[in-house]
Amino acid sequence: MLEAYLGLFIKAVFVENMALTFFLGMCTFIAISKRVETALGLGIAVIFVLGITVPVNNLIYNFLLREGALSWAGLSSVDLSFLGYLSYIGVIAAIVQILEMFLDRYVPALYNVLGVFLPLITVNCAILGAALFMVERDYTFGESVVFGLGAGTGWALAIVALAGVREKLKYSDVPDGLRGLGITFITVGLMSLCFMAFGGIDI
Amino acid sequence: MAASKDALVDPIFNNNPIALQVLGICSALAITISMAQTLVMCAAVIFVLGMSSLIISAIRHWIPINIRIIVQMIIISSLVIVVDQFLKAFAYEISKSLSVFVGLIITNCIVLGRAEAFAMQNPPWLSFLDGIGNALGYSVILILVAFIREVFGAGTLLGYPVLATVGDGGWYQTNGLLLLSPSAFFIIGLLIWVLRAWKPAQVERPEYTIAPNLQYSEHYQHSKS
Repeated sequence: MLEAYLGLFIKAVFVENMALTFFLGMCTFIAISKRVETALGLGIAVIFVLGITVPVNNLIYNFLLREGALSWAGLSSVDLSFLGYLSYIGVIAAIVQILEMFLDRYVPALYNVLGVFLPLITVNCAILGAALFMVERDYTFGESVVFGLGAGTGWALAIVALAGVREKLKYSDVPDGLRGLGITFITVGLMSLCFMAFGGIDI
Repeated sequence: MAASKDALVDPIFNNNPIALQVLGICSALAITISMAQTLVMCAAVIFVLGMSSLIISAIRHWIPINIRIIVQMIIISSLVIVVDQFLKAFAYEISKSLSVFVGLIITNCIVLGRAEAFAMQNPPWLSFLDGIGNALGYSVILILVAFIREVFGAGTLLGYPVLATVGDGGWYQTNGLLLLSPSAFFIIGLLIWVLRAWKPAQVERPEYTIAPNLQYSEHYQHSKS
């Protein structure tokens, strides 16, 4: 049981890395990776939000949306799964908002670090992508908690690593047309190639 | 008339959402492995972006400013649900292979970006053209990447053989790297280089300039003069 969860976690972090294998959350990944500190803050915020939203969306899907899920209300033939996108994005937006207010009120230290990044996260594809993968792969509640945390950790790892590379890269003499965005894409490509080496791991 | 032409044409090369504004690249990379998938994805994005800009712009005076993001998100996700259901009904195979990426049009930053930056301030028709223009800019890059990846990676285009591959007794040794995901990054990086070589105004300013690398004798002359 524990081993299966550990395997799922490792798989979500390395083998199926959200950023480098599925290219999710790329807009923020490229735009906010100029400094390690900011990248770390954003990474932690993503772990936090993914760890909460994926399990909550799992509950919503299993108890409200999937075919036959409403049988507890006496509506066993209703299939609301077409409403999925609308509900997941709604849940994500709401949770991010609540989290922001909660941190502001009770954990100001954490709010100072993560505050600026939280609104950005609502439209981060990695968050919605993880919810959609969770539905597609039919995870149980326990698995969805592990998957959410794992996917977040993988994304954070990738953005911190990229920020580290870019901090050094700004001192190098890059051809004019490639400067900035172009060379960043190529760097990410190389990193993604490295992460493919984890592909064979099977736990 | 000039304004509407600008709104449509400008985003394609001069202000390309992918190559200059770094928006909406998430999906651009994962689905460019075959041309058929890419074309369907582009059509979906053109529809969603055009319609969402039109609708949001049409009701922009009635959207309370505090909850505008949620209103925009609801409009966008409703449009994506329409696209998704349509694809499931009429192109099931493609919708299966696009997996979660149709749904991810909701969080495609181009859509929300244009709604927020353009449609909230401009009349419906202009916003519609701006949406279509940006979607076309996105499509141009995607189709180029997909073309390179499919033709040189698998030797086919839209599933029809173009280059006779070694596997079929021809001459072309397929480039397996192009079928792997990282190749999309390299191709987009190089496309950006091409675009910026063509339009130098888009080149980014360097964060650091490196002092010229002088020989000892040149230093000596510098200090004397």
